[in-house]
Amino acid sequence: MPALVFDIAHLLAGSLVVMSFVQLYQDRLSALINVFAVHALVLALSVAWQAFAQGAPHLYITAAIALVFKAIIIPVALRRIMVRLGIHREIEVVVGVGPAMLLGIGLVALAMVVMLRVTAEADPLAREDLAFALSVVLLGLLMMVTRRNAVSQVIGFMSLENGLVLAATGAKGMPLVVEISVAFSVLIAFIVIGIFLFRIRERFDTVDMQALDKFRGERR
Amino acid sequence: MVAYALCAVAALLALSPIAVAASAAPRGARAATSLVYGACLIITLILGAIALFALYRDSATTSVVTLPLGLPWLGAHFRIDALAAFFLVVVNLGGAAASLFALGYGRHEHSPQRVLPFYPAYLAAMNLVVMADDAFSFLVSWEFMSLTSWALVIANHELRENMRAGFVYLMMASFGTLMLLLAFGLLAGPGGNYTFDAIRTSQPAAIVAALTFTLALAGAGSKAGLVPLHAWLPLAHPAAPSHVSALMSGVMTKVAVYGFLRLVFDLLGTPAWWWSIVVLALGGITAVMGVLYALMQRDLKRVLAYSTIENIGIIFVALGLALAFQSEGLAAAAALSLTAGLFHVFNHSLFKSLLFFGAGSVLNATGTRDMEHLGGLIHRMPRTAVVFLAGSVAISALPPLNGFVSEWLIFQAILLSPQLPSWGLKLTVPAVGALLALSAALAAACFVRAFGITFLGRPRTPAASGAQETDGHSLAAMVLLATLCLIAGILPGLFIDALAPVVQLLVRGRMPVQTGVEWLSIVPIAESRSSYNGLLLFSFMIVSGATTAFAIHRLASDKLRRGPAWGCGYPDASVAMQYTADSFAQPIRRVFGTTLFRAREIGEMPRPGSTAPARLTVQLRDLIWDYGYAPIAIGVDVVADRLNYLQFLTIRSYLSLVFAALVLLLLVLAIWP
Amino acid sequence: MAVIRDFALQGAQMLLVLLLSPLLTGFVRKLKARLLRRQGPPLLQPYRDLIRLMRKEVVLADNASWLFRVIPYFVFAATWIAASLVPTFRSGLLFSWSADLIAIIAVLASARFALALAGLDVGTSFGGIGSSREVMIASLAEPAMLMIVFAVALIAGSTQLSTMAAFMNSPEVGLRVSLGLALIALVIVAIAENARIPVDNPATHLELTMVHEAMVLEYSGRHLALIELSAALKLLLYISLIACLFAPWGLSSPAAGPWELTVGAVAYVVKLAAGGALLAVFETVIAKMRVFRLPGFIGAALMLALLATLLRFVSGSF
Repeated sequence: MPALVFDIAHLLAGSLVVMSFVQLYQDRLSALINVFAVHALVLALSVAWQAFAQGAPHLYITAAIALVFKAIIIPVALRRIMVRLGIHREIEVVVGVGPAMLLGIGLVALAMVVMLRVTAEADPLAREDLAFALSVVLLGLLMMVTRRNAVSQVIGFMSLENGLVLAATGAKGMPLVVEISVAFSVLIAFIVIGIFLFRIRERFDTVDMQALDKFRGERR
Repeated sequence: MVAYALCAVAALLALSPIAVAASAAPRGARAATSLVYGACLIITLILGAIALFALYRDSATTSVVTLPLGLPWLGAHFRIDALAAFFLVVVNLGGAAASLFALGYGRHEHSPQRVLPFYPAYLAAMNLVVMADDAFSFLVSWEFMSLTSWALVIANHELRENMRAGFVYLMMASFGTLMLLLAFGLLAGPGGNYTFDAIRTSQPAAIVAALTFTLALAGAGSKAGLVPLHAWLPLAHPAAPSHVSALMSGVMTKVAVYGFLRLVFDLLGTPAWWWSIVVLALGGITAVMGVLYALMQRDLKRVLAYSTIENIGIIFVALGLALAFQSEGLAAAAALSLTAGLFHVFNHSLFKSLLFFGAGSVLNATGTRDMEHLGGLIHRMPRTAVVFLAGSVAISALPPLNGFVSEWLIFQAILLSPQLPSWGLKLTVPAVGALLALSAALAAACFVRAFGITFLGRPRTPAASGAQETDGHSLAAMVLLATLCLIAGILPGLFIDALAPVVQLLVRGRMPVQTGVEWLSIVPIAESRSSYNGLLLFSFMIVSGATTAFAIHRLASDKLRRGPAWGCGYPDASVAMQYTADSFAQPIRRVFGTTLFRAREIGEMPRPGSTAPARLTVQLRDLIWDYGYAPIAIGVDVVADRLNYLQFLTIRSYLSLVFAALVLLLLVLAIWP
Repeated sequence: MAVIRDFALQGAQMLLVLLLSPLLTGFVRKLKARLLRRQGPPLLQPYRDLIRLMRKEVVLADNASWLFRVIPYFVFAATWIAASLVPTFRSGLLFSWSADLIAIIAVLASARFALALAGLDVGTSFGGIGSSREVMIASLAEPAMLMIVFAVALIAGSTQLSTMAAFMNSPEVGLRVSLGLALIALVIVAIAENARIPVDNPATHLELTMVHEAMVLEYSGRHLALIELSAALKLLLYISLIACLFAPWGLSSPAAGPWELTVGAVAYVVKLAAGGALLAVFETVIAKMRVFRLPGFIGAALMLALLATLLRFVSGSF
């Protein structure tokens, strides 16, 4: 029975990494928002399973928060922003899909090596969950770096935060107040970014970062 | 044993002046050709037999012969141990096949006096490198091998590209010899004892061993064709006459592998933990880059040369795995990887020689090596097409032929590597496994293209439609090699057991005995883990194919009618509507070549109303040449230009230079503690 | 006695895969038609098609060579052998040790090599298109397949299919991340290798974007029948492979009696039907990709399989 618990925890954490890869593979914004919703859903499932495995009932609340906010409210809001901004076509990528996925694999390998060497004495479930969590964080950063569209960068930031939540639940005993404050700060940041996007769009008619760089006089 | 071999080598060397005399005689060219190649065939067969006998016997007391040549306090030592015996078999089998082929092909050579004297010397040099037992004779034979092959590369000197190929080859060969010279110098140490026995017993410090390893990898790797030291290979191998190209690709690269094995596995002792990572990484990159380059070429021989680079990459991956297992003391796994590498050495010499012979036959029959000018040769040269097809199937690692067996063994070795504790290896080995799998799939694509565009379809030029079948000797050589490929694929157990003495010598372990396994399968590790039976697969394919054909012809229908090609109803009259070699490679070029070769397709359309043709140009850049070799060449030019002013100094300046150098040396002597 | 029984069982498997494959193809076609609110062809139509084609006269292009005539028989023999070696209702058949999973994949690669040559033989543009695109897809799908084999072999400790199936059926296997990744990658590779939507359209013969159909455009009569039968066998092989590796319940072991064999056979038919139904639904729901999006699609399978292998190398519990 404990082996099965271990394996399901691994499976869910691994699915989170796979969802990050699926996010990297998307090239249309509406599909990306859907994948992000699934990403948050898998996170909620993973946190709920950790709650069951560790016997920590406050993690169920964390899972519920992740489910409600990140799997439902934020994707719906992003979709409305997307429709209002009229940017539901392609996402321009800086690096192609192939090289991005190769870089992603390299980052996962790096995260594995770092985490498994640094935490050699800890509990195996926690170690490997931390390794997966670091992979999700790095993949979220990769997504922010290789996308030109501001909304997709926001989604990269959100998935990075998902990775942080996974890490925090993996290490046992994260108090609830930390999670609530983290969630609220993310929500505030998200609202602020949304407002700024609308202002930018009003002034410049575009949210393409390269075009915006031109207006700053930085591109030749 | 060694004495007989040395006599045979002396006979080969004696053939060179005979060849000069014979081809200088009026109308003696044809007789000289038959004489020289026939004599080479006989002598290499004798040497091969001696080597097989030595391999089979594998007595612990291998004889050493010391000749009073070379350095007076050293002499020249020669020995045939198990490793040397195996590589002698490879060299002489390749040499015999090439000599048999050349009995037919050499008749078409228009200046035989430039080829005939150097050919036996080249064979002799390769044999001497493998038999050498001290550093001096090794290096002298190695350099002799480079020089004779250089002379053969520039045999057709009228073409400018051949002269350029010879120049680049000479540069890279000198570089390789320099690296090996330094390596042996480091190994011999300050005592200066150059015999291999003495080097084997000395224990070099870790830093010396690391430096020697790097120098050996650079020196042997440049001769074998490891990326990025490969640039000479696709220039030089196509430039030489076809039987010499077969020897260079099929055999000389293996002599380079022998050099690496001798230096790193035999003379250096236990490897350090990081050596295998370097070899694995280089091998994997070489394999993929080699085959991708091959897919971009139009010249048939250049395709084969780049494919040699790919296979050398595969061999070095196997050797890297053997190093990795050996550094952890896992002798059985090291034996498996090393057996796989050596078996691939043998297999590659077989099918690469076969393919180069085929390319030579095509060149003779049509006068061109450019695939875009060929086509439909399966109707004009049916027997050559069959053997070339056999070679293509073998090199694409497809069952039931031999290329598959050695790659299968390498994959089995990769599956054993999670036991290795090093983190670098845990990340490198899966990546290299993926690169190996990618190179195998791309090799199949490359040879579908090479065989399909050259032999299938319709003839694209009158040269192709007027081709004649190859002569008997050349065909005999090719059929012999194809049969050996089939036998090595169906009965691999024999060859694996024959390699056991070599592997035992190098890693002190061996694969399980294969001759007792039922139904003649091979079991590399354990029966429950994996097994392969080439004979059964081959028999099943033949039997079920034949039975199906028979049943359908009897029970259903065997009627057949000829008509024009369907082509979706388009009346397809023009031969130019067929796929060309470049267009066949276009999807792969677009997927892989856009980043690796900066491949761009530029279409120029004429303006409406203009009668100018539309033009489609494919632009490729060799990035390794542009960013690696060209800057070095430019740098050397710049430095040479600057230093040129030293040629025009006054006498007083020269005297002052000499005086300054003398004073400097005296100062050094005074200050040195 | 036991030897005769083993021979009989191996022979039964060879016959079974041969007879069931057109039925599977017919089932997938019928289901796709029904999902599109059409009646669809009868379930046994592929059998009638094959018999009709076998009886017809072959029309061969003027410049087709002997290779063109031999290739259909070779492709059929290779695919049939590969399909007979994948465990269907029982693992550990008599000749299952003659080729492990890597060898089975290589045998299929030989068949594909031959078919690509056939496309180039007549010298029309259509054949060239088919062959060049087929080798591009193969250059990505085959490494992906090999990495999947590595990932599963590193978990099961063997590349022998019977051992792998037995391991997957035992309780030690657990729910592993690498297996999940390998399953997704295997489904993508199976779709690419069998020329199904979104990689290729098996239903029409005239589009310039076809891959498999363009290669076999010049074949007719009994040659075409053998090639279609080989394609059906290949689909059956891949669904059997996914079933025996990832859904091995009901697979009888080598020491099975007649009751277990019957259960194994029924379970196998159920798995085929389920696989066929999922394939039909998937093909109906998704659109065909343009050709130069395929490297990204199959490349994703290669990346997932590489990730699965990497995870297995890094730690034994992945």
